[in-house]
Amino acid sequence: MKHKTKLLAALALSSLTANVAAAETELTVYTAVEAEDLARYAETFNASNPDIKINWVRDSTGIITAKLLAERDNPQADVVWGLAATSLLLLKSEGMLEPYAPAGVGDLDAKFVDGDNPPAWVGMDAWVAAVCYNTVEAEKAGLTPPTSWKDLTDPMYKDQVIMPNPNSSGTGFLDVSSWLQMFGEEGGWEYMDGLHENIARYTHSGSKPCKLAAAGEIPIGISFAFRGAKSKADGAPLEIIVPSEGVGWDMEATAIVAGTANVEAAQKLVDFTVTKEANEMYNTGYAVVAYPGVAKPVEHFPDGLLDAMIDNDFEFAANNRAAILKEWQSRYDGKSEAK
Amino acid sequence: MSELTTNPNSLPAGPDIRPKLSRDDILMRGSMIVIALYLVATLVLPLYTMLSKSFSTYRMELSQYEFQVSDEAGQFDGVILPADELNAQTNAFSDTDLATGSDGRLSVTELFPDFSFRSPVMYQIRNTSDTGRFLVGSTLQDGTDWVTLDSNAFRRVQLRPVQSRGLDNFVNYFSTPALFNSIKNSLWISVLSTIVTVTLAFWFAYALNRSCMRFKGVFRLIAMAPILVPSLLPGIALVYLFGNQGMLKEMLFGASIYGPIGIVIGSVFFTFPHAFLIISTALAISDARLYEAAVSLRSTPWRTFWTVTIPGARYGLISAAFVVFNLVITDFGLPKVIGGQFNVLAVDIYKQVIGQQNFEMGAVVSVVLVIPAILAFVIDRMVQSKQVALLSARSVPYQPTPNRKADRIFLAYCCLIGLFIIGLLAVCQFAALIKFWPYDLSLSLKNYDFNKMDGGGWSSYINSIKLALLTALIGTSVVFFGAYLVEKSNGFRTGRSIFQMFAMLPMAIPGMVLGLSYIFFFNSPSNPLNGIYGTMAILVICTVTHFYTVSHLTAVTALKQMDREFESVSASLKQPTMKLFARVTVPVCLPAVLDISIYLFVNAMTTVSAVVFLYSPKTTLASIAVLNMDDAGDIAPAAAMGMMIFYTNAAARIIHLIASKGVLGRTQAWRNR
Repeated sequence: MKHKTKLLAALALSSLTANVAAAETELTVYTAVEAEDLARYAETFNASNPDIKINWVRDSTGIITAKLLAERDNPQADVVWGLAATSLLLLKSEGMLEPYAPAGVGDLDAKFVDGDNPPAWVGMDAWVAAVCYNTVEAEKAGLTPPTSWKDLTDPMYKDQVIMPNPNSSGTGFLDVSSWLQMFGEEGGWEYMDGLHENIARYTHSGSKPCKLAAAGEIPIGISFAFRGAKSKADGAPLEIIVPSEGVGWDMEATAIVAGTANVEAAQKLVDFTVTKEANEMYNTGYAVVAYPGVAKPVEHFPDGLLDAMIDNDFEFAANNRAAILKEWQSRYDGKSEAK
Repeated sequence: MSELTTNPNSLPAGPDIRPKLSRDDILMRGSMIVIALYLVATLVLPLYTMLSKSFSTYRMELSQYEFQVSDEAGQFDGVILPADELNAQTNAFSDTDLATGSDGRLSVTELFPDFSFRSPVMYQIRNTSDTGRFLVGSTLQDGTDWVTLDSNAFRRVQLRPVQSRGLDNFVNYFSTPALFNSIKNSLWISVLSTIVTVTLAFWFAYALNRSCMRFKGVFRLIAMAPILVPSLLPGIALVYLFGNQGMLKEMLFGASIYGPIGIVIGSVFFTFPHAFLIISTALAISDARLYEAAVSLRSTPWRTFWTVTIPGARYGLISAAFVVFNLVITDFGLPKVIGGQFNVLAVDIYKQVIGQQNFEMGAVVSVVLVIPAILAFVIDRMVQSKQVALLSARSVPYQPTPNRKADRIFLAYCCLIGLFIIGLLAVCQFAALIKFWPYDLSLSLKNYDFNKMDGGGWSSYINSIKLALLTALIGTSVVFFGAYLVEKSNGFRTGRSIFQMFAMLPMAIPGMVLGLSYIFFFNSPSNPLNGIYGTMAILVICTVTHFYTVSHLTAVTALKQMDREFESVSASLKQPTMKLFARVTVPVCLPAVLDISIYLFVNAMTTVSAVVFLYSPKTTLASIAVLNMDDAGDIAPAAAMGMMIFYTNAAARIIHLIASKGVLGRTQAWRNR
């Protein structure tokens, strides 16, 4: 018995010292970046910072946001890398972000950096709403392609449209918030009432509508341009439509969570996220990135998307988020069956 | 001589005779208390925390804020305006406006009817207590000093709520039709699935027990297959069969599989084995004399069926019905995948908790869901306790007689059911191997590249196996030892019956509810067990507790078959009970021990509902990966992972079978002397 305890103690001690010897810091990073990109991001980061290991926690934007808010008193994350700016504004208002000016932040487009000094968050890239349109299935159903958001309320598209639920999906929320900004509060809800008639169902994640459109489960998926471009590259018969009224967008951004035990490593990571190298990495999927002059056109990306981006009021979106979601839920969630 | 009478009432009370507790008794009671405490800490306390959370609300406390308004020149006259008095004057906010969620915000300008953001009037605002919080734009202010703002900045002021207690959440729940409707949806979907499943399972069990058709063994095996997969998997198969690109889409005549139709078909698939097992047991025991009597009374087969067969199996049928009802109403994976816009209670909990992190509302829905689950459970227990002594010592076991026509019909029927079960599984496997359904039908292994998808990749598969092994090992030890203590210790009646009650409770608690209550209980920083949150340990504990009851009952049944004389003999030989336990009890009950461990293994592999709230990035699980990949639209990889779970469980079953045979040969030889 005694020997066993000794042995265990020795084992525990040796494993402790082994950890110290490796001197590897582990960072818990919360993200809403697409799962297939995460390994690539971590690899690029580790090329210059081999001693910092990233443990990803990935989920839809709404969920990561809500998770962070719920963990307010007991934060589990060290860094948030790749979450909607709207969400980071919410976290900032809770005092959950550690302001930090990363080395080289001055090189970024000022639009992509938080107004405070030092900034609470720094932007990476913009992700933009778009409509994924399956040409094969649409033709079978006898549809003509829509050119504007208003077109989608046409009775011709009844049960032919899928969009993400804004409660869980950041893409869903940026759609709803952009409609409210473009059409005004009243006009926005009126528009959604009309659109709701044509929606087959609301999905949990923002990429699913486009993946479903790509797989022909539905002719039209309201999603984001980057996802559409990827599915198109996979060989799906998709057309990516930019509605003429303009499209909602949000910024993916990075911030340090206040109270993290690994400030130094967290700062190194944030330093990396604003480098030209990192921005080139974002550019593989995102046509608009924070570092001026880096962006190259992305394959299969629709023309005119950048001009269609609306003048997004992030503060409006952040401060009215709870009220908008409550209203949305009472109007549309689960009601389609009750009728 | 005076008569000596003894009046027992007038006698002085003798000393209370209490048998002296031996060291063994103390040890056994001590261990029993430890296991009972385990159940309290992993079941009772979390549930209590959850219940109290459902009464926790957020309100805007207007009395916490004070304002000052300047004149046009920006001079303040020192008049302090408390926010609650302003609201009483203007009636800007009603009581329901002030009840909100944890992330509620309230714009203050409505308290000032003549507010204009262009006016030169200045405003001051402060909190009157330390708990007050408000935002200016995105900046949090929680001090009690005055903050001076111009009109334009003042319109960006948002008040934040404080926590309080009350029934607001329940009021809110029952006044939100979207949430409230789910009760109705859940109930009718469960009733319908129950009727269909029990009917189908009854005839299947009838064919296997009361006919002379061939291949009974094969069908028995097929009927059990759905137990080996997560309940999400039939949903995925149905998407491929009846979705908009489905292979058999035309069979639905334009109806959509996303909704009640899909949920019912999928529920029939995954509850079938449970119903079949219970009904089959009920049909297996029957008295042939009743049938002989029916024949001699010239009763028609139809009449015999309704007056002999059905009454004989009635407890089994009722029990199966409630078990199926309970499984369907508490299941979350299937409606999540195939439910579309059809909301049910279990999915509501998930949406509230995971989608919006509205934990309080999640707790409210949980409380609502627990009520039908507990009711179904209690009725089932009452019925099961009545199912005794159908077979007396004088009964003659019923032997079916061959009937070519009937046997053929039964065989055809069983083939149909078998086709349904095998078909759904085969569709999943097929879909997993297709490159890009429906546009590129070439075969590829691309969908097995889990590391590129949501859900944690291949490591979640490894984690699942780890979880299943640990659950089987730890769960079997705890459960069997606990059952032994409760069954074989002396005296201590109250303690034993309380333990029995605790052991039965997990079955009545839906997995989602258990998982949610674990968040509340273990994630609070004040809990000394907080350290296990986010580790494999909490997953093991949660899974063991979730599946405690059935394991416990299996163990108790096996132990009841052992005579209590063993304990007496060992006591008279002055052998410690623990030695008896290790040397005699465990080897004799080894078949039951193996059954419990395979039961726990399989369920740990397939469970979704209990662990969906508890996994962390390091402990992602295969069953959760199926869910997450489907959520992200990667349906084919989800099917691939689901089939991996199926093959693993099937392999575990085979190993279990071989191991049982080997071990039984060595330890159970005494049974057939």
